[in-house]
Amino acid sequence: MSESVVDLAAPPAGITSVPEAEEADRSKGVASEPLTGEPLVGALIADTGGIGAAVAVPAAPGFVMPDALKRSAEALFWPLASLLVTMILFSLMIALLGKSPIDLFRLIYVGAFADAFAWQNTLQRAAPIILTALCVALPAQAGLVVIGGEGAVVLGGLVAAMVPGALGASPVINLVAMALCAMVAGGIWIGLVGYLRHSRGVNETISSLLMAYIAMAVFNHLVEGMLRDPASLNKPSTKPIGDANMLGNIPGIDVHWGLSYGVIYCLVLFLVLRFTTTGYAIRIAGGNVRAARLAGLPVGRLIIGSCFFGGAAAGLAGMAEVAAVHGSANASLAAGYGYAGILVSFIARHNPVAVVPVAILIGGIGAAGGLLQRRMGLPDATMLVLQGMLFMIILTAETMYGRLKIFRPAGA
Amino acid sequence: MTNHSNPRRAAIKALSAAGAMAALGRPLAALAQSKLTVGVIYVGPKDDYGYNQAHAEAAAMLKKMPGVTVVEEEKVPETVDVQNTMLSMIKQDHATLLFPTSFGYFDPHILKVAATNPNVRFAHCGGMWTEGKHPKNVGSFFGYIDECQYLNGVVAGHASKSKKIGFIAAKPIPQVLRNINAFTLGAQSVDPSITTRVIFTGEWSMPVKEAEATNSLLDQGVDVVTCHVDGPKVVVETAEKRGAFTCGYHASQAKLAPKGYLTGAEWNWITPYTNLVTAAQTGKPHINFLRGGLKEGFVKMSAYGPGATPKARAMADDVKGKMVKGEFIIFKGGLKDNKGAVVIPAGKTLTQTDLELEKMNYLVAGVVGSIPG
Repeated sequence: MSESVVDLAAPPAGITSVPEAEEADRSKGVASEPLTGEPLVGALIADTGGIGAAVAVPAAPGFVMPDALKRSAEALFWPLASLLVTMILFSLMIALLGKSPIDLFRLIYVGAFADAFAWQNTLQRAAPIILTALCVALPAQAGLVVIGGEGAVVLGGLVAAMVPGALGASPVINLVAMALCAMVAGGIWIGLVGYLRHSRGVNETISSLLMAYIAMAVFNHLVEGMLRDPASLNKPSTKPIGDANMLGNIPGIDVHWGLSYGVIYCLVLFLVLRFTTTGYAIRIAGGNVRAARLAGLPVGRLIIGSCFFGGAAAGLAGMAEVAAVHGSANASLAAGYGYAGILVSFIARHNPVAVVPVAILIGGIGAAGGLLQRRMGLPDATMLVLQGMLFMIILTAETMYGRLKIFRPAGA
Repeated sequence: MTNHSNPRRAAIKALSAAGAMAALGRPLAALAQSKLTVGVIYVGPKDDYGYNQAHAEAAAMLKKMPGVTVVEEEKVPETVDVQNTMLSMIKQDHATLLFPTSFGYFDPHILKVAATNPNVRFAHCGGMWTEGKHPKNVGSFFGYIDECQYLNGVVAGHASKSKKIGFIAAKPIPQVLRNINAFTLGAQSVDPSITTRVIFTGEWSMPVKEAEATNSLLDQGVDVVTCHVDGPKVVVETAEKRGAFTCGYHASQAKLAPKGYLTGAEWNWITPYTNLVTAAQTGKPHINFLRGGLKEGFVKMSAYGPGATPKARAMADDVKGKMVKGEFIIFKGGLKDNKGAVVIPAGKTLTQTDLELEKMNYLVAGVVGSIPG
């Protein structure tokens, strides 16, 4: 197995080297043309958000570690620097409005992280967006920018809401079936986007967004028509799944099990991407699809597969919302989690492990938003402005990678 | 203008102030015992010229009541977010009376939070509370705004020259259908040949579709429009731009359409809010089921705009007078739907409080359009 990794890392003459391909991935999201430049050593470590710090790649071992550290340090430095710059700019804005930035950041801390309740509030908000972020992160590893996770969320939720009624099994089996069906539904939906991209060359960013609108329309049509519970008069919903089938809370904290789904999903994806040849192949396909083809990789399967498992994560988020929060599928399911996931994934630079803390940060900002409205009289849009600033600055910082001398690999 | 140095005026002022104090003295003393923190939660922006603004206007009035502190949060989605907002208001702001105003907050969100906070009162807007099924610290209030939509219809019926009026509706749920039907019946009371064209946008807040729907209705020859969406702003502005008349909904949109605004159906939430707050302050049991129309002051009409003719005003005021006395019935026997079927048999009258009206699933004769789904 590891043989193939080695072979791929040393491409034949005339073909873009893998690290270059990865360079392209990090700067453009989707890359088809190689960029010039960076050396090969340390290859995989690099990037896609510092996924690994110590990959065994054939090279002079003495140089690998320091470079790896540099890369990891860089991967931490820019997001933190972006956060700091955002905080400074945001403070200026708040000061211009005549409010105290110190109060503001204190309230954000109180609302999001100060005590058990604040943490619970934050984690509950983070739970669905961890999963929806994976719907962006995984396809991004394969070189696709998928932004239509919202569609997979609502369809996953709808399918999950149907399962207990159709299956009528014991709660545990019902829940497992709900999770699997939701994952398949979400997976097929985003998998279609991958298929269109691979076989018909349809731009996946646009198609996934449009597919999300289609999903919403289908969802509304069914929930307000065929699948409507006649008892839900003024808020059309599907039949309740029943209290017995509801997903409980993780013992010790008042946060539902959906959070653990997200964390586990992230870990599994991390391990797959980092330690398996499949994961490696996905990233090669993501870096440079032509090089991947030349190397004989099954690019189609890799692209569609990563879309499928990304969509499956979003579908699972929909299931958790239905099973842990709503108890049935209705319009409240389309709460924008799919779109929040885009922000999280980009800030995490599509690294599944980084998705968790970033989702918690965004969840915390959401949790604190209410307190800012109530204590400081700031409008709800304040937090959107903060999120927007953060997003823009982090994207800008993406272009800074490799520009600071201290982070350059020794061989450069 | 005020001359503070005038001793006689100062004396009068002091006297009247003392009088006011004396008059207020007793209730103040009673209220002072209980400082009450009230939390109000909105699903959209507070200044949406619509559903949320109607509640925010009442909340602003609550702030002036002695002993009441109001905390507000806007744009809270109907997800676990609203549960956390409620809990945050309870734990971090020590609120003991909550007004989670969006319809979708009730089940499961309010029910879940209420179960673990039995000492907090929850007043939901929408009328979902059922005796025996839901806990006593939860209640719902609602208003019979179809009365105002009927009056909108009367004024629209007088204003329309094309005899075609329009309705932009969000979803085909009973509350919305009841408004469309009442609006149509009001207009037909002026001229039975009037028809209402209805467009369902499918969403509570979708400004682009609402603007398209308004334009499309006006293109079809409609000359008066009203709506039932969360924020009527876009509908009213679009119609004003094209020189058509509008009847408002939820709150007053008169400012947005100085020429075309005829009148409007508005909530007057301060009435139930005051009842519920007073009950909480005085330690009386929570009011679980609270409804009212024009008579009880739960709803009100916007002031007439320049387009409302004297004849229209006279007729609408007359009907309104009857409604206030409780003598007017909108949905009477012999009513047919727009497919020709009799929906209320002859001889039967459905008064405002009739629960059958809350299950309405038809469009009356004269409505052009059908219920999707």
